[in-house]
Amino acid sequence: MRFFKIEQDYKAIVIGGSAGSFQVISKILGQLPGDFETPILMCLHRLRHVRHGFVEALNIKSSISIQEPYDKEPIRKGKFYLAPANYHLNVELGNTFALSTEELVNNSRPAIDLMFQSAAYAFRQRLVGILLSGANRDGAQGMKAIHEKGGLTVVQDPSDCLIDTMPSAALNITPIDHVLNVDDIIDFLLSLDRKVKQNRI
Amino acid sequence: MSSFRRRIQRILELYKFNSFENLLQKLSLGNQEFFHEFLSEITVNVTEMFRDPTFWIELREKILPELFSLNTNISIWHAGCSSGEEVVSMAIVLREMGMLDRARIVATDIDSAILKKAREASYSMKNMELNTKNYETAKGTQELSQYFEEKAGRALMDKTLIKDVMFREHNLVSGSAFSKFDLVLCRNVMIYFNQSLQNQVLKVFHESLFKNSYLAVGSKESLIWCEIANKFAVVNNEEKIYKKIKD
Ligand SMILES: C[S@@+](CC[C@H](N)C(=O)[O-])C[C@H]1O[C@@H](n2cnc3c(N)ncnc32)[C@H](O)[C@@H]1O
Repeated sequence: MRFFKIEQDYKAIVIGGSAGSFQVISKILGQLPGDFETPILMCLHRLRHVRHGFVEALNIKSSISIQEPYDKEPIRKGKFYLAPANYHLNVELGNTFALSTEELVNNSRPAIDLMFQSAAYAFRQRLVGILLSGANRDGAQGMKAIHEKGGLTVVQDPSDCLIDTMPSAALNITPIDHVLNVDDIIDFLLSLDRKVKQNRI
Repeated sequence: MSSFRRRIQRILELYKFNSFENLLQKLSLGNQEFFHEFLSEITVNVTEMFRDPTFWIELREKILPELFSLNTNISIWHAGCSSGEEVVSMAIVLREMGMLDRARIVATDIDSAILKKAREASYSMKNMELNTKNYETAKGTQELSQYFEEKAGRALMDKTLIKDVMFREHNLVSGSAFSKFDLVLCRNVMIYFNQSLQNQVLKVFHESLFKNSYLAVGSKESLIWCEIANKFAVVNNEEKIYKKIKD
């Protein structure tokens, strides 16, 4: 088990992934404790016209039941969220979600870039961005935005990815704080959660 | 707000304004033409026929039959109809039920340019694959191709479907109720409003509905955070269909 020193009090963790990320995210969510506190917001590329099945599949392993948020739903501690099919998921000031049906971005709706950029704007330095395996470049601009606002950036190690285009694209355009394999990403999140719980005591 | 910020950014780039203040200044000059262009750019018009097919099954099998069992004629309002795919879908369902003549349909949008497209009902053939798939999943009883003619990459919809539809410019935010309806569809429109605008618009819908009539919003919208939510009951939570239960 690797220990990470966590410097910030983070308000949220955003995770983006595409091709090859399902197993990874499933494994991560299965290893987190049921009382994991920091909200996790996920944007994973998915079939645009299939509303059901995806969140159910992720929930099989996840220790906390994942929800697809409604428009204007508040973001709560201890919850995991997934961007719904065919909508962009935005994070707004005041700790709420907003959905939109704008054009596809990077051929995707939901687009990781839009979610990450909106979250960076709302949470600034108190945000962690994690980008996993994927076959396109969505998420790179989002990671750049997170870095520019002072947030923490993590990518799955390209050599650990089924398809490394996505993390590599991010590594090419912005500084990344941690390049980690899946097990280390899990240890990182566990360190972060331990820090949150210590701070409370 | 994120979506609004991105739209503004796009407009600044498109018209080469170097700041938001420049855009505001241009808007304040009162040039109608520019204002309409601005409206077209700021609104998100993305739509499709039979969007969320299961919603249309619910309409066809439950909501519409119930309304017709209680009334000889019914009235329907598409608020934020965009380029009209939703209106065409409704007209097709009604025709297949043999009820198109018994429905009065009003379709409104804030964006006059998109209303013009809705009146034309000519859609890119590129979209028809998805529209057809939706139609089939929504249990259409015919072939969608029966309702349009292909010409130069466009699908020209059968105009008799929408010949009696009233298309009107109407702003949900500043406008008021103008008639009473048995069914109001306002799907994927209020997601662009903040909570206080949503509250305000829901009041307009409340006023525009007969008691025990229906309001449908987008599948990922919810009324529960609105002030007058208690005047509505959830009829189908999955498809986001509500009923007005209190005046
Ligand atoms: C994404 S489209 C929804 C189309 C269709 N109802 C659907 O669900 O596919 C949103 C529409 O709402 C319109 N709209 C936005 N603000 C409005 C307002 N204040 N009043 C009336 N219409 C508005 C836009 O012009 C746009 O055509």
